[in-house]
Amino acid sequence: MQIAVCVKQIPDPATPYELDPETHFVVRPEDQIMDETDTYGVEVALQLAETTEGTVTLFSMGPTGTQQGIRRALATGADKAVIVDDPALKGSDALTTAKVLAAAIAREGFDLVITGTESTDGYTGVVPQQLAELLNIPSLTFAKRVDVTEDGSVRIERQTTAGYDVVEASTPALISVTSGVVEPRYPNFKGIMAAKKKPVDTVTAADLGISPSANQTIRSVEPVASREAGELVVDDGTGFERIVALLEETKVI
Amino acid sequence: MAIWVFTDTHEGAPSGSALELLTKARSLSDDVAVFAVGTLNDAGAQALADHGAQDIYQMDAGDQLAAPAAARALETLIGDHQPEIVLFGMDTTDRDTAGRLSARLDRPVLANATDVSNDGPVTVTNEILGGIKRVVTSFEGDGVALIVTRPKAFPAEPGGSGSVVVTSIDAPDTGIVATVVERHVEESEGPDLEAAAIVIAGGRGVGQEKFSTMDELAGVLGAAVGASRAVVDAGWVPYSYQIGQTGKTVKPDVYIACGISGAMQHVVGMKDSGTIIAINKDEEAPIFGIADLGIVGDVHTVVPALIEALKARS
Ligand SMILES: Cc1cc2nc3c(=O)[nH]c(=O)nc-3n(C[C@H](O)[C@H](O)[C@H](O)COP(=O)(O)OP(=O)(O)OC[C@H]3O[C@@H](n4cnc5c(N)ncnc54)[C@H](O)[C@@H]3O)c2cc1C
Ligand SMILES: Cc1cc2nc3c(=O)[nH]c(=O)nc-3n(C[C@H](O)[C@H](O)[C@H](O)COP(=O)(O)OP(=O)(O)OC[C@H]3O[C@@H](n4cnc5c(N)ncnc54)[C@H](O)[C@@H]3O)c2cc1C
Repeated sequence: MQIAVCVKQIPDPATPYELDPETHFVVRPEDQIMDETDTYGVEVALQLAETTEGTVTLFSMGPTGTQQGIRRALATGADKAVIVDDPALKGSDALTTAKVLAAAIAREGFDLVITGTESTDGYTGVVPQQLAELLNIPSLTFAKRVDVTEDGSVRIERQTTAGYDVVEASTPALISVTSGVVEPRYPNFKGIMAAKKKPVDTVTAADLGISPSANQTIRSVEPVASREAGELVVDDGTGFERIVALLEETKVI
Repeated sequence: MAIWVFTDTHEGAPSGSALELLTKARSLSDDVAVFAVGTLNDAGAQALADHGAQDIYQMDAGDQLAAPAAARALETLIGDHQPEIVLFGMDTTDRDTAGRLSARLDRPVLANATDVSNDGPVTVTNEILGGIKRVVTSFEGDGVALIVTRPKAFPAEPGGSGSVVVTSIDAPDTGIVATVVERHVEESEGPDLEAAAIVIAGGRGVGQEKFSTMDELAGVLGAAVGASRAVVDAGWVPYSYQIGQTGKTVKPDVYIACGISGAMQHVVGMKDSGTIIAINKDEEAPIFGIADLGIVGDVHTVVPALIEALKARS
């Protein structure tokens, strides 16, 4: 099975994000990490590739930078990466992102596309569905478990508000995975060395025949007044009394 | 121009978000319609009418994931009726349909909206980066504005004429097949998390063994139990407990966070609670930054003592 995994490199969420004062876009340093959300997709892909003797290709749009995030995913076992890095795509919206990814994936060929459900930085959560529509394939979204059946179909447990549904489709198909789906593996030394020799193709929007267009404009960005911190009490065994007192004050008890 | 509201249905009832979105839609236009996936029962259709829906178009996709057919049906209806805006909630079918429709119409989706205005170009307010910055973005170019909104951004209030015309349409043939072969409903006990006056939320710090103390505390307070994603991912409780960006949004009178660090993705789902109380053994935990009362201590001593004290009162 030929598996395409969409992975996004993002600024480390442990550092405060900066917005460019003019464009309002997130400032992206050279050294970006792979979005944790996408580590689950990579792991699912690696496991499916193991059971189906398949291949795993990473697709990423954004400034390549030091490729830290991409190299790490290659080190865990992905076979190759395609990065669409083009200044013309700076500040792209989700639909443009999906168009770019769809074109890059279609060019390489695929049986299965795997994505996260939503990224950590932009979290629009619509790229997977846009991508599936552009590729004209079924999308098994919000998967908390993924299996390949004997006849080569994919079957997922789809997280719902009430519980979960079991959903099946034949390939080609797209799956978006949630964070609880699998435990991502860590790269080992051998993997890190091997990753250095794995192919990373860099392509532009023009290579894919895409001319970016924006149909949305950011008008303003303001800080949100945050809640004030209240009282902090170190528990000396009577902390619970303070809670009871506050519950009484708010008249819920 | 018309404003349309998307909703999924659950045993004939619309999503809670639909009533919230209809309330907002009414404030933006006199012409408000609903597109529903599934088949509404009479009470469900009436609830939509009582919140301002004048027309309802419903499409049942049977055992198929509905989004591909819903996107095609909406594309046709949008062509015929030319609504200015389609509002979606955050449910799975809402997001699936919004994304597919966006690709079909070549129109962007603005996501995580907390407000919408239409004097001038359609403009959306959203809170980004976990709610620390408020951004106003407007749609450009011709065509419908597709907006995915945050839950509880608009309080649901009845209004409108209360009468509605329901039209059932056939699911268009899409050639895209994804079949639901089983449905599992995980029963949860106690009050509805999204409507409860008090929410007890447990995080990783509570531990799996002691997680039942959350139920015990909720029991004495008549509260609902919620959880962080870490706890849901670990499988201690089902996803229906999850509070945060990818879970439920709650605004109870009192929120008690136990052993929760307060990551921004958790906070967006509870920061508008009335009173926030946090118990955490790390005095640097970010949750204390938004708590009205923070107890630096061990949940395994504070919570049992609290339960005993509350029991003794009643
Ligand atoms: C704070 C903020 C708010 C934004 N709001 C909007 C908005 O309302 N509407 C809009 O159209 N755009 C918005 N954008 C832009 C949008 O985030 C980018 O276009 C982004 O590249 C794709 O969307 P996402 O990260 O939200 O994807 P999501 O849909 O949240 O991501 C889901 C999955 O899609 C895949 N994926 C997403 N992006 C990439 C990528 N670049 N490379 C490889 N795989 C990827 C990954 O598998 C990911 O897990 C916003 C950006 C920021 C920083
Ligand atoms: C795209 C995306 C979406 C996400 N969506 C959500 C979401 O919807 N909801 C959500 O909750 N998270 C979400 N997250 C995850 C979020 O970033 C955090 O990882 C998660 O909220 C952490 O859960 P936690 O606070 O239970 O665990 P931790 O961060 O591990 O915190 C545990 C806390 O317990 C304290 N503790 C430990 N032992 C004790 C004790 N005995 N007594 C008292 N305190 C103790 C520790 O000091 C610590 O502060 C999302 C992440 C991403 C990237």
